[in-house]
Amino acid sequence: MSLLDHSIKELEAKLHNKEITSEELVKASYERIKEVDGDIQAFLTLNEENALETARELDKSGDDSAKLFGIPCGIKDNIVTKGLRTTCASQFLRNFEDPLYDATVVEKLGSEKAINVGKLNMDEFAMGSTNENSSFAAVKNPWNKDYVPGGSSGGSAAAVAAGEVVFSLGTDTGGSIRQPASFCGVVGIKPTYGLVSRYGLVAFASSLDQIGPITRTVEDNARVLEVIAGHDKMDATSANLDVPAYTDALTGDVKGLKIAVPKEYIGEGVDPDVKEAVLNALKVYESLGATWEEVSLPHSQYAVAAYYLISSSEASANLARFDGVRYGVRSENAENMIDMFKKSRSEGFGEEVKRRIMLGTFALSSGYYDAYYKKAQQVRTLIKQDFDKIFEEYDVIIGPTSPTTAYKVGEVIDDPMTMYANDILTVPMNLAGVPAISVPCGFASNGMPIGLQIIGKHFDEAAVYRTAHAFEQNTDHHTKRPDLGGAK
Amino acid sequence: MAEITKDQVKHVAHLARLEITDEEAGQFTEHLSAIITYAEKLNELDTEGIEPTTHVLDLKNVFRKDEAKHTITQEEALKNAPDAQDGQFRVPSILE
Repeated sequence: MSLLDHSIKELEAKLHNKEITSEELVKASYERIKEVDGDIQAFLTLNEENALETARELDKSGDDSAKLFGIPCGIKDNIVTKGLRTTCASQFLRNFEDPLYDATVVEKLGSEKAINVGKLNMDEFAMGSTNENSSFAAVKNPWNKDYVPGGSSGGSAAAVAAGEVVFSLGTDTGGSIRQPASFCGVVGIKPTYGLVSRYGLVAFASSLDQIGPITRTVEDNARVLEVIAGHDKMDATSANLDVPAYTDALTGDVKGLKIAVPKEYIGEGVDPDVKEAVLNALKVYESLGATWEEVSLPHSQYAVAAYYLISSSEASANLARFDGVRYGVRSENAENMIDMFKKSRSEGFGEEVKRRIMLGTFALSSGYYDAYYKKAQQVRTLIKQDFDKIFEEYDVIIGPTSPTTAYKVGEVIDDPMTMYANDILTVPMNLAGVPAISVPCGFASNGMPIGLQIIGKHFDEAAVYRTAHAFEQNTDHHTKRPDLGGAK
Repeated sequence: MAEITKDQVKHVAHLARLEITDEEAGQFTEHLSAIITYAEKLNELDTEGIEPTTHVLDLKNVFRKDEAKHTITQEEALKNAPDAQDGQFRVPSILE
């Protein structure tokens, strides 16, 4: 077992008892990266010199009380880091060496003494479900390199699954934390919209984006969320609420818990292996004294269409800032200002990013706004009401995270509609703003991991974590590791 | 059924400040038509009188004092610029 396979709590004890130093832990992280990342391609930029320097300072400091003291982590490359290149996996930002400030989440991790070992690969500007849209390299799934790790936080999920870091941060606009967590057999949460500050997150769709942790266990996840959550005056959409101690919610007790299982989430289009794993998970809950009933979220079938209109519209506005004037790569072939905007953007953006900008610009353009954007926002209200209604009677909603396990490399990338349609089980939660976690719940016949999705009420991450933790503690899926060779 | 023409696609590309080849315009015409046709599924729903969601939480206007604060220096602001001169961003000519 590698040092990095331990939980944060175990590492905390080892550091406290001087069994290991933070420097050794950070070195182990880089050794693992050197060993496996040539194949996995989870990292875009390493922060080795700074990370080791920080670790040595921590080892000397004598005060190890911080919540993430000396723990190596990775940050998705759409979250800005002072003095450390931030690319969003786009050629447009390939030379963006210093974003000048740290995102609020990075600052918070730093103040609890986590160590940022580097920036993680992703689909360009977080648009994609396979990581094949990274303009640098496609991340591979640690469980089988013929498969994708999911996306867009594929690097964040793969780095944790491969034991390169103890935890990572990802971002989720329509499933981009949960789906890769599911495909890579790790734990990932999309918090309630507004729980975690988006200050310093390169915006994709501002009304949907949330940052969240990816970890190997539920307890680690709860601990990291406790650190990064909270009101931030730099993000006007961040909620002004106290952050509860999520780790206190992990009691193992789900007796009397009322679970809703939407029939739309286990019906047509869901892989039989995935459905079986979810039904088995429900049996675990029954054995623990919880009850479940089938319910309906009748507007589920409209979520993907509404999501792509809304997210692409917001993206078309957000990505207007990439103009080649203040940062990023400017085309050398331009003759005048407008030409410079057009050439810089066209040379710097990949195909999927252009497709979404085009869709969004169209949906917001004069004469189409009411028919597409406004209609989608109205349908969004109906989808949100579906959730409100279920949560009047039930504590949590459970289903699969994705209708399938990981795709093979190249399997869906040329067919955007199929790829979009597979987001059916993750986009509704972003539209409704509710929190949702993916936890490992088994393996399909192809050997790839399956994720169980647990959805809660707004700001009820405590119930989501308690439910996820009870399942985890009564199963052993989360203890399985991919065999990547190398040091154990 | 939404029929999007190649000319429309070229117009949208101009609005989005993207330069696309004729071949790309053809491809985008096909993809956007498919996506928009799929999106017309939303018309099955009667949304008369339904408020559009602008924010998922009932957050009202968030105000703060309008105070001048230090953020970054001029030098820092220009640090990542592709081209700068005399403390300013330099761009190609705007007027023909």
